[in-house]
Amino acid sequence: MTTGTVSETGSPQRNRRPNRVLSFLRNTWRGLTSMRTALILLFLLALATMPGALLPQHSLNEGKTQTYISEHGWWGRLLDATGFLNVYSSVWFAAIYLLLMISLVGCLLPRSVEHARQLREQPVLVPRNFDRLPHKASATVTASPDEVLASARPLLRGWRIAERSEDSGVRTISAEKGFLREVGNLMFHFALLGLIISVALGSMFSYKGQVAVIADGSQFCNSGPLAYDAFTPGPRVDGTNLAPFCVKVNDFTARYLANRQPTQYESNVEYQSGKDLQTGQWRPYHLEVNDPLRVAGDRVYLLDHGYAPTVTVTYPNGEKRTQTQVFRPTEVSTYFSEGAVKFTETPGITDPVEQRKKQLAVTGLFAPTAAMQGKLLAGSTNPELRDPVFAADVYQGDLGVDSGKGQSIYEIDHQMIAQDRLHRVDRVNLKPGQQTKLADGTAVRFDGVKKFASLEIAHDPTQVWVLVFAIALLLGLFGSLVIKRRRVWLRAKPAADGSTLITVGALARTDQAGYGEEFTKLSRALLTATRGKDD
Amino acid sequence: MAINATLSQFSDYAFATAIAIYVFAFVLYLADVAFNRQRARARERELVTAGGGEDRGGTELPGSGIVDSTVDVDVPAPKGDDRPLSARFGRMGVALTVLGLLVQAASIVLRGLAVERWPLGNMYEYIAFITAVGIGAFLVLAKRFPIHRIGAWVLLPVIVLMWLGATVLYANAAPVMPALQSYWLVIHVTIISASTGLLLVPGVASLMYLLRSINESNPRKLARFVQRLPAKDALDRVAYRTTIFAFPLYTVGVICGAIWAERAWGSFWSWDPKETVALVAWVVYAIYLHARSTAGWRGNPAAAINSIGFVVTVFNLFFINLVTTGMHSYAGVS
Repeated sequence: MTTGTVSETGSPQRNRRPNRVLSFLRNTWRGLTSMRTALILLFLLALATMPGALLPQHSLNEGKTQTYISEHGWWGRLLDATGFLNVYSSVWFAAIYLLLMISLVGCLLPRSVEHARQLREQPVLVPRNFDRLPHKASATVTASPDEVLASARPLLRGWRIAERSEDSGVRTISAEKGFLREVGNLMFHFALLGLIISVALGSMFSYKGQVAVIADGSQFCNSGPLAYDAFTPGPRVDGTNLAPFCVKVNDFTARYLANRQPTQYESNVEYQSGKDLQTGQWRPYHLEVNDPLRVAGDRVYLLDHGYAPTVTVTYPNGEKRTQTQVFRPTEVSTYFSEGAVKFTETPGITDPVEQRKKQLAVTGLFAPTAAMQGKLLAGSTNPELRDPVFAADVYQGDLGVDSGKGQSIYEIDHQMIAQDRLHRVDRVNLKPGQQTKLADGTAVRFDGVKKFASLEIAHDPTQVWVLVFAIALLLGLFGSLVIKRRRVWLRAKPAADGSTLITVGALARTDQAGYGEEFTKLSRALLTATRGKDD
Repeated sequence: MAINATLSQFSDYAFATAIAIYVFAFVLYLADVAFNRQRARARERELVTAGGGEDRGGTELPGSGIVDSTVDVDVPAPKGDDRPLSARFGRMGVALTVLGLLVQAASIVLRGLAVERWPLGNMYEYIAFITAVGIGAFLVLAKRFPIHRIGAWVLLPVIVLMWLGATVLYANAAPVMPALQSYWLVIHVTIISASTGLLLVPGVASLMYLLRSINESNPRKLARFVQRLPAKDALDRVAYRTTIFAFPLYTVGVICGAIWAERAWGSFWSWDPKETVALVAWVVYAIYLHARSTAGWRGNPAAAINSIGFVVTVFNLFFINLVTTGMHSYAGVS
């Protein structure tokens, strides 16, 4: 007590402060890397992951998320502001997994060092007393301790063993096995770290996009974001360095059951990349759902399909313009679709002001198999082209495409109608080949319909690494759960009458399950080995 | 792809028969427990007159008047006609469960033959497979561990699940949509459903473990319910050993799912609700495995965590398919 006080007053104040800081840091580190903290962090991770499954997420379905926010008022806005509608990029989610990774590293490094040390060390000394061991057995034999050890040795092949001598001629063996358990355990956790880092890097450098390509030999080239209908780049992708390749969609076939359930989508495509882009060489590929085209480090998927009506406009001066335009399916099971075919340049008119009075748009609904209610196209009864009808509204005037404002390809700008600059001049149901005449002599003809294929193009440079780490993780997991770390000790003690008392004891270090049977077998072998020799 | 309506019909009959057999087995397990209680009471009177339960090392719980049943589970059962009625009920329950499983397996095989594809394409078929695996796992475990008395509580969720499968979630025999036509369906869905089925037993065992703990801390609580349950130690071992078998399998299933997703959907992980909850369940079981080897977390906390894992798994099976819409929502429910 006295010495304590002396040393306390004796040590200058300024030396003690770093100690306090150090001990604070040390305690924080210990706390962070303790199993208790790791378990709590894992719990938090599980808990924090859940909202992503229960609430709509910006990253998954933007439309649904916006609807959710507007329907739930302040609650929706609060959830949005606090990251609950974008869980996996939120600060708190990142905080949890970063802390977890630190905790993991802090736990793994010392354990790796410790395990490396243990691998070089001799198996531990034989305990003085076997009474407290969970597994033990003994026998008396006539052989000498050295003979006992000699016959035990081959039985312990595959174990790390150390033989030692104790007082008064006692000989012992310490044997240990199952070091791969810890190796597997460490491998599992390191692989998990590697996997998380690969996923994080991948999300930085990946991109994906969707594009609808009309299945009549039309092409898509991966030249930049503008080639896509929708493009989602990772934070480190600016769209200037996309992998160069082109895909040409030659046809598309969908097969259905009687109940309209699709059974197969397939498309014959051709592609070119690398040198082929210069030489003009095309290579064929049969694209199917579940069987993407892998080209130039990217993957091309067949996602879906739809219909693209072809409309020909014959102007009063006899000139013709034909366009095929992708329509957007509004009903997935029947491919009832909507869209707009826009003719912005009227031939024979050069004055831009006059031009903007004569632009044409054929909008409306398309049904591959029409369901009519009187004169009204009510819907589609089948996804296949059995009785196609285009319920067309023809608009004439200023489409507003020159206003500089971006416009949906599926819709016309309704503000133009409200401003009386665009007028509906006809409403008619057209079957393929039918046409309608406008008041000014222009003829609008519905030529027919083509199919389009919805393609998704995806790029992820680290996904191979994710797979490698996932496999390593699995191997580690198997190792750590199947292999058991266990120790066996044998002591051969000579008695006065020349016989030897053998005692065998064992301990499974990690989990006792299933070790009893192995020990029973091994101890019986060890105890009877010498006796067998004597007979 | 033609659907064989006759085979499909027979498959449905077999499914319904299996449910009926399981219900009978359930009743027999309950009879085992109920009749045993009477027997235990009778023996208790004997023991009291003989001066206590020391002869078998049984401990009489203070104030409860119940002989600790962990002991009499290990008493060798008398053979043949000497065997008490309750034990015969129990054995009949096990036999009927085996029969039910055979009939259910036949139902699954017939379904597969009827649709000429792997019979794991919608919720009804998943449930048929998951429950079959759960029952199979229970039967195998009951041979190695003294746990056949949780049979009723394994059968109860199975019967409820199968009943829901046959009524609410039933889907007519049909081919699957294009996204599901892949050999990865066989690999991924089979492994995932099998591991889910396997996890049923540890889930039930852990719940029983917790009930026993409640009874231990206050012997008045749940006394009648708990007294015929297996010992805590056996429940814990069954839960752990089944989980360390099912967890790697589940991991393989998730990884196969990711590989398939890369082929079918364009990305190996898209935070689809089903994927997300699968990850949550994976994390919960990882917590369980850590907790079970950490001092201070063994026993009740570990059992609670395993039960949570089971709840999350069932939640993933139902809620995600029925309520939310994601890329896994093709399971034949609309």
